[in-house]
Amino acid sequence: MNELEQFRSEVRAWLEANCPETMRQPYRSEADVCWGGRNWKFQSDDQQAWLRRMAEKGWTAPSWPVRYGGGGLDREHAKILKQELKRINARAPMYSFGISMIGPALLKYGSEALKMQHLPPIVRGEIRWVQGYSEPNAGSDLASLQARADDMGDHYIVNGSKIWTSYGDQGDWMFALVRTDAEASKHLGISLILFDMKTPGISTRPIRLISGKSPFTETFFENTRMEKNQVVGEASQGWTIAKYLLTHEREMIGQTGNLQSGAELLSQVAVKKLGLDHGRLANPVLRTDIARFEIDEVCHQLTMERARDEAQAGASLGPAASMLKYYGTELNKRRHELLMSVGCHDALVWEGAQSDDGHLPRLWLRSKGNSIEGGTSEIQLNIVAKRILGLPG
Amino acid sequence: MALALNEEQLMLKESAKDFLQQRAPVSHLRELRDSASERGYSTELWTEMAEMGWTAILVPEQYGGLEYGYSGLGIVLEETGRTLTPNPLLSTCLMGVTALTRGGSAEQCEKYLPEVAAGNHLLALAVNESSRHAPHSVTTTAKKRGEGFRLTGRKKAVIDGHNADTLIISARTRGSAQDSDGISLFLVPADGPGVSIERYRVLDTHCAAHITLENVKVGPDSLLGELHQGAAVLDPVLDAGAIGQSAELLGLAQEAFERTLEYLKERKQFGVPIGSFQALQHRAAVMFGDIEQCKSIVINGLHALDKEEENIPELASLIKAKLSETAHNVAAEAIQMHGGIGMTDEFDIGFFLKRCQILETFLGDRYFHLDRFARQRGY
Repeated sequence: MNELEQFRSEVRAWLEANCPETMRQPYRSEADVCWGGRNWKFQSDDQQAWLRRMAEKGWTAPSWPVRYGGGGLDREHAKILKQELKRINARAPMYSFGISMIGPALLKYGSEALKMQHLPPIVRGEIRWVQGYSEPNAGSDLASLQARADDMGDHYIVNGSKIWTSYGDQGDWMFALVRTDAEASKHLGISLILFDMKTPGISTRPIRLISGKSPFTETFFENTRMEKNQVVGEASQGWTIAKYLLTHEREMIGQTGNLQSGAELLSQVAVKKLGLDHGRLANPVLRTDIARFEIDEVCHQLTMERARDEAQAGASLGPAASMLKYYGTELNKRRHELLMSVGCHDALVWEGAQSDDGHLPRLWLRSKGNSIEGGTSEIQLNIVAKRILGLPG
Repeated sequence: MALALNEEQLMLKESAKDFLQQRAPVSHLRELRDSASERGYSTELWTEMAEMGWTAILVPEQYGGLEYGYSGLGIVLEETGRTLTPNPLLSTCLMGVTALTRGGSAEQCEKYLPEVAAGNHLLALAVNESSRHAPHSVTTTAKKRGEGFRLTGRKKAVIDGHNADTLIISARTRGSAQDSDGISLFLVPADGPGVSIERYRVLDTHCAAHITLENVKVGPDSLLGELHQGAAVLDPVLDAGAIGQSAELLGLAQEAFERTLEYLKERKQFGVPIGSFQALQHRAAVMFGDIEQCKSIVINGLHALDKEEENIPELASLIKAKLSETAHNVAAEAIQMHGGIGMTDEFDIGFFLKRCQILETFLGDRYFHLDRFARQRGY
């Protein structure tokens, strides 16, 4: 047996012994998704144990270096771990913007002190991170952001506001873009800074979406003190790091709606709802749209895999992340449109236990944001046209 | 297996690219058309391809082949798709060889494969009987006479049917017209008594043939695979053919797209390159992404053929449906983005759409494969 196969059998045995049975069931609702952090209330002992055990192996961040608490796995080994997790339909031990966004940026641009301070708690799921990027007047034109940081020697005093902070009211620490040099050019005056959300002068207000839910907040800074030693990289490097971080965010959003193993295919749901007629789905027009969707879903999954194979382990995908983000989000919107059509009248129910309080239509409405958050589809196509295809203007 | 090419495959790709760009660029196709080539391809070029080893890629080593697999042949097909070079690789070296390796007896393999590997013998699969792809709809009959069989019927739209030395004919040995049971395959010499071949030209100078069989006498050694169970050989051959065509379509789409992208950067209107207009940029970006997806599934399909994976029927239809749609859109957009010059015969870009339509249609178009994909998934 070669070394990789040896590793596979060790992983398999370890997962068999350590992944609780309930953590191998498909997600039933959002409450089944573990986010960790100071405010997190574990849904069950199994959820807690699963996170702790995976974190001890460093497998919540498999490709990060061991000295920061990660698994230290290269691309091949990390892929095996992923395959073995998928094989038993294991749930992710947690979802974490620390792992998917600020972690990679710290690994590439952070000082040793910042890495040692922040990375191990991320791996253990002790700190839940949130993102402070957009502002009311800085959406697609993000670099025009205005949150102002005044230099006070060893610290800054920050005033301004952020919008579209995912789970801003549940976050422990924020990574934010602030303007530290009002004199410098638009892109060079921006810094990426880290701070505890308990710092005095920070408040949040939830934003109610068309789905009726409030996964985002506005975040306000009023004379908030932020330490200079929490600036990532050089002060003028903020925009460069921000863009790097965005490629990771886009890759993550590109996976939105990625089929969980063990979950039902859209076509299986449709067969249950509509039935078959001579072996074919009873509505032939809807059947064609579903077939095209399922084909595109496979195309996207294999392209994500190929992009990862071609990039180095843990490395940024660069502008290719924009392409994946565009396809992943457009696909997820199509999925929800088709689920609404398949659900028909039942999919209109907004309240009550039978519809799980309108779970389906609320997800459908929420999915409309996929092609806006993290840079709109139009911004992604601009990036592909200019950075990959080299088109002028 | 990783979804990226290894070093050896990259070398094959480079050498195929160099050879075709030098010896058979798109102007080669134009010359064949202008000289109204009867065969539809150049026999000299075919000899050179055989010398490069391309005809032997899929043939097992024991029969004088390179045994370099579908992934290897797919790389070459992708490059011939870029240059639109007419050749019988798909009909003979992919589908013909697959039919023999999947269904052939040791004697049959010994007889045909070394000759195919050397580039001396051409094969063509004659399966359809109407103007649509319907491989299990077979009324051509093969009646037992003594030790052998007598074949009677008519086959339509046979790729390279006019060039083949040996035809692979599907015929009914029992059951009724639509049954997949009762189909048998036969190896029939194309110049034998009772075989008449009607050559015709398609859109871009390629040729195909309708074939009539009148009481054609064949021996028992001409049966390919098991009696009545021909579908067990035919279906995998058609799946491999669809994936091979998809590799060609991938090359075609990439080339048409790259030519268009260059044009967007060069052509000026209103004093600026037309590629600076967002209306064109976004369409170009989407085409780029669609082609990237096609690359991922084609390489995956070729690997699956090499590993004889179970889900090949589903995968083959998925790939052919997606490649047909994407390559067609790219080839049509290529004409639109070139504007007026794209409509002229003098300019090459129109050839891409013509070849695309041909590749799409033979062996099942996107609607055939969408339907088949859904059936494979149980709906």
